[in-house]
Amino acid sequence: MSRGTTVGAAGTQPAPAAPRPARADTGSAIGRIAHSPQFRQLVAERTRFGWILTGLMLVVYFGFIGLIAFDKALLAVKVGSTSSLGLVLGVGVILFAFILTGIYVGRANTRYDALSADLKRSLGQ
Amino acid sequence: MIRRFLVLAVLLAAGPALAAGPDLGAVQQQATNWPAIGMFLFFVLFTLGITYKAAMGSKSAADFYAAGGGISAGTNSLAIAGDYMSAASFLGISGLVYTSGFDGLIYSTGFLVGWPIVLFLIAERLRNLGKFTFADVASFRLDQTAIRIISATGTLVVVAFYLIAQMVGAGKLIQLLFGLPYLYAVVLVGILMIVYVAFGGMKATTWVQVIKACLLLGGATFMAGAVLYRYGFNPETLFAKAVEVHPKGDAIMAPGGLVSNPVEAISLGVGLMFGTAGLPHILMRFFTVSDAQAARKSVFYATGLIGYFYILTFIIGFGGIALLMSDPDYFKLGAGGTFDKLKDMVGGTNMVAVNLANAVAGPYFLGFISAVAFATILAVVAGLTLAGASAVSHDLYAQVIARGRTTEAAEVRLSKLSAVVIGIVAIALGYIFENQNVAFMVGLAFSVAASCNFPVLAMSILWRGTTTWGALSGGLVGLVAAVVMVVLSKAVWVTTLGNAAPIFPYDNPALFSMPLAFATIWIVSLLDRSRRAARERAAFEAQYVRSETGIGASAAHAH
Repeated sequence: MSRGTTVGAAGTQPAPAAPRPARADTGSAIGRIAHSPQFRQLVAERTRFGWILTGLMLVVYFGFIGLIAFDKALLAVKVGSTSSLGLVLGVGVILFAFILTGIYVGRANTRYDALSADLKRSLGQ
Repeated sequence: MIRRFLVLAVLLAAGPALAAGPDLGAVQQQATNWPAIGMFLFFVLFTLGITYKAAMGSKSAADFYAAGGGISAGTNSLAIAGDYMSAASFLGISGLVYTSGFDGLIYSTGFLVGWPIVLFLIAERLRNLGKFTFADVASFRLDQTAIRIISATGTLVVVAFYLIAQMVGAGKLIQLLFGLPYLYAVVLVGILMIVYVAFGGMKATTWVQVIKACLLLGGATFMAGAVLYRYGFNPETLFAKAVEVHPKGDAIMAPGGLVSNPVEAISLGVGLMFGTAGLPHILMRFFTVSDAQAARKSVFYATGLIGYFYILTFIIGFGGIALLMSDPDYFKLGAGGTFDKLKDMVGGTNMVAVNLANAVAGPYFLGFISAVAFATILAVVAGLTLAGASAVSHDLYAQVIARGRTTEAAEVRLSKLSAVVIGIVAIALGYIFENQNVAFMVGLAFSVAASCNFPVLAMSILWRGTTTWGALSGGLVGLVAAVVMVVLSKAVWVTTLGNAAPIFPYDNPALFSMPLAFATIWIVSLLDRSRRAARERAAFEAQYVRSETGIGASAAHAH
């Protein structure tokens, strides 16, 4: 693998900073993984899902900030006897962030870990 | 309004430094608070015991930097939450809710929403690629010397600004809470953080953080519960009472003046969101767990803990309004027994949570909350010191100066020495900055993290085309841009340097400096036609496979 692997590796040797390991073997092993269908599927699915959730978080948070900046009156609307829509939305943003991380972790624990295990099995590891 | 942002920014991250806003002069030494000091001493003795145990069990570099990689996801999430829940969050946000109601919530959300981003884009890849510092990750396929220099510089700048704000805050807070002189407080904090880090390394730093997080969450839960109990566990009753006694009336339930300039608000949001993903003392926590699954779970739990904590501070702030505002005992009385409900609170508005502790459960609970606030500062500065010391020894010394020709023992020794030096420097800076307005420093730390550390890290992990020249120049541009924009902003240019008008119109530079850093990395990498650049692009595939699968990842266990 590349140098990063060897940095202070497993608490034994000083990390060699200079040479890039010659890697006829590793090189082709990496290529095999990178082009395997399991790897491609795992990475494509997970990357896409990660960016979708990131986009959702950005839209919700900056939407909330946008409402505060441009429509204060809307946020002042009462939804309870005293509590306002802004209050509910603010707490909602906090809960949304938590739920979003939960959704990601749930999917990663099941789907992506399974794909990852498939991949490792196919590599005989 | 810009000024309020500034004050807020400090509050949030530096808590006590919040006193550095308009009411810096209002900090006065209080009568010596013995119950608080007693409880704090108990905390110190207990954590020193843990440090001793950790020191006995810490032999290798992996022990020192990453607690041997043996921290569980649950423990790590408490440590992450502990790093993030500073005294500023606790005292600052509850104080902000007390004066402005709803506006306090805007800050809470801003501080929380960075966490999902960390999870979706950074956490697992960081764990798969790195070992002790985020520079390990950024320099995985790029030039060790150049990338470690820029990463370590970014780390040290963030740590320095954060530390100054925390040290000054600690001194002021301890003056208020314990009635100890400023200098004693700063020296005490400095010495304790040196002991935790130099002797106990990451293990001690983590456990100090975990204990403090439990105390803080427990104390805040009890206080919020006690407030709600008085109002029959019906938040509407609490809000109604608060609206009734607050001078702003029903306006506290709606947005006030905090976000009147959208550009400023978005820039603040960008800084908070992406700065979180570039804070070195947070990033290093992902190397203390065994694998990417544990890293992922720790962010999930930590997000829950931090969100829960921010909801508690909101209830505490409203409890302060409802229970303290009409009680003259908690105010400095003017002529004829009159007082300003928003400005005259004993100890300043940041003491809302502390005074409320007394109101709901008496002086011993007040002592407990004071001790927890101090413990909070201590734990946060210890984490910062460890991040700084790791950057000096693992990045600058081992890879840049010794070019990898060093032993692990020498590296750890140097790290401990760095911790001592950083501690002494922090004491000196805390002393020098006692009467300076340090309010802008936490905001600056977040901006630098978002504009230097985060772009370098994200681009080196996520984009194949990133080259050493691109990352180095982009990181440098982001760092310089963030610092220069803050210096030219109102906080420094006008408030500190005494010029008439700010040259840069916003307090938060991240909206401009972060895209500038990303654009520089992109353009310079595209233009980089060197042979090294070609090699680095070719090496992306190996990095990519490891970052996505963890195959070949360092186990971090040294034994």
